[in-house]
Amino acid sequence: MRRFSFHPCGNYRENYKQELSIFETDYGRLCVIFFLIILFFVAPFVVSPYMLYILNTIGIAAIAAIGLNILIGFTGQISLGHGAFFGVGAYAAAILATRLGLGFYLAIPAAGIITALVGMIFGIPSGRLKGLYLTIATLAGQFIIEYVLIHWDSLTKGTMGITIPAPNVFHWEIAGDKSFFFLIFLSLVLMTWFAVNIMRSKYGRAFIAIRDNDRAAEGMGIPIFKYKLLSFGISSFYAGFAGALWAYYMVSITTEPFNLGLSVEYIAMVIIGGMGNIPGAIFGATFITLLNELLRYVTGLLMNVGFVTSSGLNMAPLREFVFGLAIVLFILLEPRGIAELWRIFRSSFRLWPFSY
Amino acid sequence: MEFFLQLLVNGVCVGLLYGISAMGFVMIFKSSSVLNFAHGELLALGAFFFLALITWAKLPIIVAFLLTLVGSFVLGFLIEKFFLRPLIGEKLIFVIMLTVGLAAMFKGLILLIWGGNLRTYPNFLPETLALKLGTIYIAPVYSATLVISVLFLVLFGLFFKKSAQGIYMRSVADNQMAALSLGVHVRRVFALSWAIAAMVAAMSGIVLGIINGVNVHDLSSIGLKVFPVVILGGLDSIGGAIIGGIIIGLLETFTGGYLSPSLTDVVPYIVLVFILLVKPYGLFGLVEIERV
Amino acid sequence: MGEIILQINNISVVYSDVIQVLKGVSLSVEKGQIVSLLGSNGAGKTTTLKAISGLLKPENGAVTDGSIIYEGKNIQNQAPEYITRLGIIQVLEGRQPFKYLTIEENLRVGTATRAGKPYKDDLDLVYNYFPALVQRRKSLAGYCSGGELQMLVIGRALMAHPQLLMLDEPSLGLAPLVVKEIFRIIKKINEEQGATIVLVEQNANMALQVAHYGYVMENGKIVMEGTSKELSENPDVKEFYLGIAATGIAKSYKDVKSYRRRKRWL
Repeated sequence: MRRFSFHPCGNYRENYKQELSIFETDYGRLCVIFFLIILFFVAPFVVSPYMLYILNTIGIAAIAAIGLNILIGFTGQISLGHGAFFGVGAYAAAILATRLGLGFYLAIPAAGIITALVGMIFGIPSGRLKGLYLTIATLAGQFIIEYVLIHWDSLTKGTMGITIPAPNVFHWEIAGDKSFFFLIFLSLVLMTWFAVNIMRSKYGRAFIAIRDNDRAAEGMGIPIFKYKLLSFGISSFYAGFAGALWAYYMVSITTEPFNLGLSVEYIAMVIIGGMGNIPGAIFGATFITLLNELLRYVTGLLMNVGFVTSSGLNMAPLREFVFGLAIVLFILLEPRGIAELWRIFRSSFRLWPFSY
Repeated sequence: MEFFLQLLVNGVCVGLLYGISAMGFVMIFKSSSVLNFAHGELLALGAFFFLALITWAKLPIIVAFLLTLVGSFVLGFLIEKFFLRPLIGEKLIFVIMLTVGLAAMFKGLILLIWGGNLRTYPNFLPETLALKLGTIYIAPVYSATLVISVLFLVLFGLFFKKSAQGIYMRSVADNQMAALSLGVHVRRVFALSWAIAAMVAAMSGIVLGIINGVNVHDLSSIGLKVFPVVILGGLDSIGGAIIGGIIIGLLETFTGGYLSPSLTDVVPYIVLVFILLVKPYGLFGLVEIERV
Repeated sequence: MGEIILQINNISVVYSDVIQVLKGVSLSVEKGQIVSLLGSNGAGKTTTLKAISGLLKPENGAVTDGSIIYEGKNIQNQAPEYITRLGIIQVLEGRQPFKYLTIEENLRVGTATRAGKPYKDDLDLVYNYFPALVQRRKSLAGYCSGGELQMLVIGRALMAHPQLLMLDEPSLGLAPLVVKEIFRIIKKINEEQGATIVLVEQNANMALQVAHYGYVMENGKIVMEGTSKELSENPDVKEFYLGIAATGIAKSYKDVKSYRRRKRWL
């Protein structure tokens, strides 16, 4: 039996296989397994329905954020249209489910693929544009998609919205927070696993090379346009997949939520979580979702405090203010995000109690 | 024909407004290569500050106007000093997201103080400024806009081409390290460009407020419309910003007049995507000189 | 021995708080002389210059030890705006023009240290040194050739009336004839303007021809110094730097003594 490995006290990697390993130690692997067991076998049965709702929202946001992190954090292409892609996924799933009567197990991946195609169309400018110009092109993409969702009445029913039948497997209906919890978090685990592994493949390395210096990458024989498009595609697939889950979870959807604000929220997740770090995207999604809920709670509370109500002051914009402040503070104080804080926290325990 | 002419005139007027709204944005981009997503909020802050000065403090228009300009100059300076300066040399996305965060902060702040309702300024422009060409009517505020934008265009052109400070600003935008090595006060250049930009933004905010009324949502969406305008004009050209503004203004009024009013908001972005695909650096932008 | 204009005492430079690049460098520059700083890649020549001109800070570096004294003033870790106003101008490695400014505008940026003062005479002076620039004064610097750009950046520095001009590899990537021309002008500037010049070079041969005094750096330390004549006659410099073997026969690694000496150079 092989030895159970602990943290080495330096970098003792000797070959590429070690370099590519996901878990540095068996200990880390055990921790993740333990965490997953808690997540799946304990969490859904002990927490309150409201907490379960929050967990589900986090799960969906995390899938989309991982996708955006592949694009921004690993490939270095900034997209301001992720919220719209999320919406495309939601609508694609809704339309496939209502018009074609597809089962959810087909509709959700199909929605992901449709979104991936749409994302690749809006990724075409990346062939010629870089940096700021590309960012603005994706901003245009956001507005155009939003417009199409609202005005293509015959397909999206415009501002009326679409109601989606509950998904079912063998006549067992998935409804309610608990059963959705398993659907969402199984998808999240699967998508995380996929993302982690793609980043240690040839494709992931090409993405990182493009991020670090696209001209040098091109010089080394990486067809950068192809890989940029692929990155847009994968990233949009994640967004679409998450959007489809969200559509099923919400039962009825309208075009309203898929605005620029949502795109900004996703970028905030990626930055606050930590760019170029897959667990970071999950941290970021957790942070932003919790912050949103907390602010909703606090502003709701404040509205009912006597003098605020009587002064006629509307406290709802406070949410927007604090949200902006959180982004600004993270960028100024810890631009590498929560993932970095987590790393520092772990490494301070690494040699415990003998850390110097 | 008359309808066409009136649309044409309206389009040019609206376009000029976009143009001068974009000028402050271009200033910042030109000197510090920062894409300012909080530009709409800067417009709104100026407009609301002016509103507060004339309605609550009951100051005379001229005094209020000057005070607004001074106030926003200081505001721009402070934004640069406290938020942008620590990020000098950081990756593009951090800078972009910082301005996005600032935008959310300012918007929240304005909503907290003034609320989201539409407010209007008292009417103070003399009717004599109005122009009447046959059946076509140009409101006084539009002719004032025309004068102001031409004035600013000339002033900025001279400033950047001829004055030493203007050339230093451009040199910083071009190559920061080299500018530093020659003793250009880079931090002062950044602070100055933000201060001037905020001032110009406040001014355009006031003009927009006179025409459309003051509303933070409208003003911040104009802040986003600046993007197609400056891309058309090429991000770093102030004259281009005016021309881009006019093109977008015409596009909007004509699609509104002949096609469908609901299309007006999205047409600029559709055009934007096509322009970027054909001419990646806009119509009047500098082609990036890249040498390896 | 003339008046010492710049004195560096035992400085250490650390980047990002961890990477130590200079490990106790001391050198002194006499007024009105050309001093060359030689050494292989990564020896710390550029870092030394940046420590003097204050350009370490944007790269997250700092002088952690020792002192840099310029005309009696302590200038280590000062802001570049301050140091340039004392008359120390560094010409960066790899010709960094302002690509979107015309040649003339580029030159005008050189007046930043004395903004608002007249500059027409200085322009004439620079065009006098570099006649090649005159006909291109209205064209964008981004479209100029390497030789023109090197002239431009030296000229730009001249606009600032430098007391101490620091040139970082002016010969980088230029044709031999152009290099010769540039060095001729450097010598001329030194003689006519009385500017003290610190010259960082890979092209040791050229550098030693124009310089009065030289330092050789290696691994963040000064390993040898002397007048240009002494240096160019030193067998080690000759063999490993100028590429002239003493006997003309390739050395064998079995010759341990030579191998040790060589190791020190590479």
